[in-house]
Amino acid sequence: MTDDETTTYAYLCIGCPLGCRLEVDEDDQGDIIEIRGSSCRKGDRYAKQEHTDPRRNVTTTVAISGGIWPRLPVKTNGEIPKDQVLEACEELRRVRVQAPVKMGDVVLDNLLGTGCAVIATRDMPAID
Amino acid sequence: MIDNRPHLLHSKYDVVVAGGGPAGLGAAMAARNAGAERVLVVDREAEAGGILLQCIHSGFGLHHLGQELTGPEYAQRILEQALDDGVDVLTNAYLLDIDNDQNLKLLSVDHGVSILDTRATVLAMGARERTRAAIRIPGARPAGVFTAGAAQRLVNLNGVLPGRRVVILGSGDIGLIMARRLTLEGVEVAGVFELMPYANGLSRNIVQCLHDFDIPLHLSTTVVEIHGRDRIDKVTVAPVDDHLTPVLSKAWEVPCDTLLVSVGLIPENELSRELRLRLDPTTSGPIVSSTMETSRDGVFACGNVVHIHDLVDFVSAEAELAGGHAGRFASGVRPPHDNVRLQPGANVAYCVPHTVTTDQPHTVYLRVRKPLEKSMLRLRDSEGAVVHERRLRYVVPAEMVTLKLRPGVLEGFQGDALQVEVMPR
Ligand SMILES: Cc1cc2nc3c(=O)[nH]c(=O)nc-3n(C[C@H](O)[C@H](O)[C@H](O)COP(=O)(O)OP(=O)(O)OC[C@H]3O[C@@H](n4cnc5c(N)ncnc54)[C@H](O)[C@@H]3O)c2cc1C
Ligand code: SF4
Repeated sequence: MTDDETTTYAYLCIGCPLGCRLEVDEDDQGDIIEIRGSSCRKGDRYAKQEHTDPRRNVTTTVAISGGIWPRLPVKTNGEIPKDQVLEACEELRRVRVQAPVKMGDVVLDNLLGTGCAVIATRDMPAID
Repeated sequence: MIDNRPHLLHSKYDVVVAGGGPAGLGAAMAARNAGAERVLVVDREAEAGGILLQCIHSGFGLHHLGQELTGPEYAQRILEQALDDGVDVLTNAYLLDIDNDQNLKLLSVDHGVSILDTRATVLAMGARERTRAAIRIPGARPAGVFTAGAAQRLVNLNGVLPGRRVVILGSGDIGLIMARRLTLEGVEVAGVFELMPYANGLSRNIVQCLHDFDIPLHLSTTVVEIHGRDRIDKVTVAPVDDHLTPVLSKAWEVPCDTLLVSVGLIPENELSRELRLRLDPTTSGPIVSSTMETSRDGVFACGNVVHIHDLVDFVSAEAELAGGHAGRFASGVRPPHDNVRLQPGANVAYCVPHTVTTDQPHTVYLRVRKPLEKSMLRLRDSEGAVVHERRLRYVVPAEMVTLKLRPGVLEGFQGDALQVEVMPR
C-alpha cells in the first residue's frame, strides 16, 4: 500500500474528557486500514462509528398553542444520521401542536423516513 | 410543569427548602425520608425544576438514574417523585430572610408576605451567570449582548431568537450548547472565542456542538471591543499572549448582531450574605461541614449555591446528604462535629465539604486549576507527610474530581487539617 492511496481522517474522541485525537486511515476502496491515537477500546469503536455512520440524537423545540409556554421541548427517540440533523430541525420548525401534551407523547412519526419518532420531553398543561 | 396543587400554607414546618431545582427537590425528598413531617419547597419561578427546564439537550441523569435524559425530563421526574413523597411545593414565592430563631420571611404571589417557623432550612438557590467579563469589555453599550443562559431561556422557553448572526465569548458547556442550539434554529454562529489555550467544555460538546456544524473555535483569543449604536453591529477580537494580554496589532473584526457571553456561573449568594454565612472566596458559596451545614446551626446548603456542579447527578447526590441531615436536625439529632479541615493545596482551587470527620465515609468534590494527564491526588498532613493518595488518569478544570474517603482512610490521623493537592506523578 502506498501513501497516495491512503486518506487520513481526524476525529476527537468524546468517550471521556481526555479527548484523544483519533486518526482513521482509509484506502481507495473506502475501507478502514488503521485507527490510531486512542488510549482505549472505546476510542477505536467510536472512531469506526463516526467514520462509517455518524449518528446523533436531536433535541429541539416545536411551537405549541394554548400551553403555559409557547415552545414545547422535544427529542428524537433514537439516533438519526448526522447529515440529516439540520433538515430534521427545519422540518420541526413547521410543526405546531396543541396543549395539553404529556411527556412522551409523539409529536411527529418517522422523522424524514429515519424510523425515529419525535416525542415531547415534558408535560405542557393548557393555560386556563 | 405538573399542575401545582393549590394548598394551604402552614405556619410551622420541619424543613423549608429555598429553591426548587434538582438540589432543592432532592433535599426535600431526603428530608421526608429522614422522618421530617412537614417539608416545603419554595421557588421564585412559576414552575419548579430550576435551570433544567431550559436545558432541553440530553446528558442528565446517567449516574443518578442510570438513563440519559433531557433537562426537562429529569426535572419532571424528580418533581413528580417529590410530590409523591409528600413534599409541598410553593412556586412564585421568594425567600427573603431568615432570622436567628429560624423564622423565615416569604413573599409569594398567592399568600403575600408570610412568616414561617421552621426547625431546619436548606439553601438551594442555584447559581447565576457571571457578567463581569461583558462589563469589562470596552466600547459601546448597545443592545444585543446576552449571557448564554439568558439566551437559552429566551430561545427554549419563550421561543424568541436573540439575533441572526452571533458571536460567542467563552467555550464553557453553556456557550457550546447554545452554539448548536442557535444553529439548529437557523441562526448563523460566526465563532466561539476562548481566552485560555484550551476549551473549557467537554470534548463531547466540542464535537457535537461545533465540529458537526463547522463552527470555528478560536483558542487564546478574546473580544476586545464591542461596536454599534443602538444594536451591536460588530466586535473586535484579538489573540492573547502568554500573560493573557490581547495583542492588538493582530486584532480583527467580526460582524454580528448578537454577542453571547458564557464565562461561567457563580453561586446565587445574596441570601447567604444577608444571613452572614461564612463564604468561601473561591467558590463564592457558603462554607459547609460534612453534613452540608453552613456556619449557621440548622441552615444547610446544596447544589450550585455551594459550588458549581457540571453534572446534575452530583447535585442530586449532594442534595440527598443535605436534606437527610436537615431532616434529622429537625427531629433533634446532632451528629458530632467534624474534626479535620480540608485545605486546597497545589493545583486545587477548592474542596467541598470544607471539613470532614475521621470516622465516617465522605465524598469530597474538588476542582483543579490546570489540566494534567497522569496525576496523583494526595492528602498531606501539616508536616507534609502523605496520608492518602490516589492516581488520576487526567484532570481538567471543567470536570469536578470526586474523592471517596472510606472510614479506614483517615483512621489513625491525629492532626486537624489536611492539604489536598493534585500534581504530576
Ligand atoms: C446551560 C447548562 C447546561 C447544563 N448541562 C448539563 C448536562 O448536560 N448534564 C448535567 O448533568 N448537568 C448539566 N448542567 C448542570 C445542572 O443543570 C446544574 O448543576 C443543576 O441544575 C443545578 O441545580 P440547583 O438546584 O443547584 O440549581 P438551579 O437548577 O439553578 O435551581 C435553583 C432554583 O432556585 C430558585 N431560587 C433562587 N433564589 C431563590 C429565592 N431567594 N427564593 C426562592 N427561589 C429561589 C431558582 O428560581 C431556581 O429554580 C447544565 C447547566 C447549565 C446552566
Ligand atoms: S480513546 Fe478512550 S481514553 Fe481516549 S478519549 Fe476516547 S474514551 Fe477517553
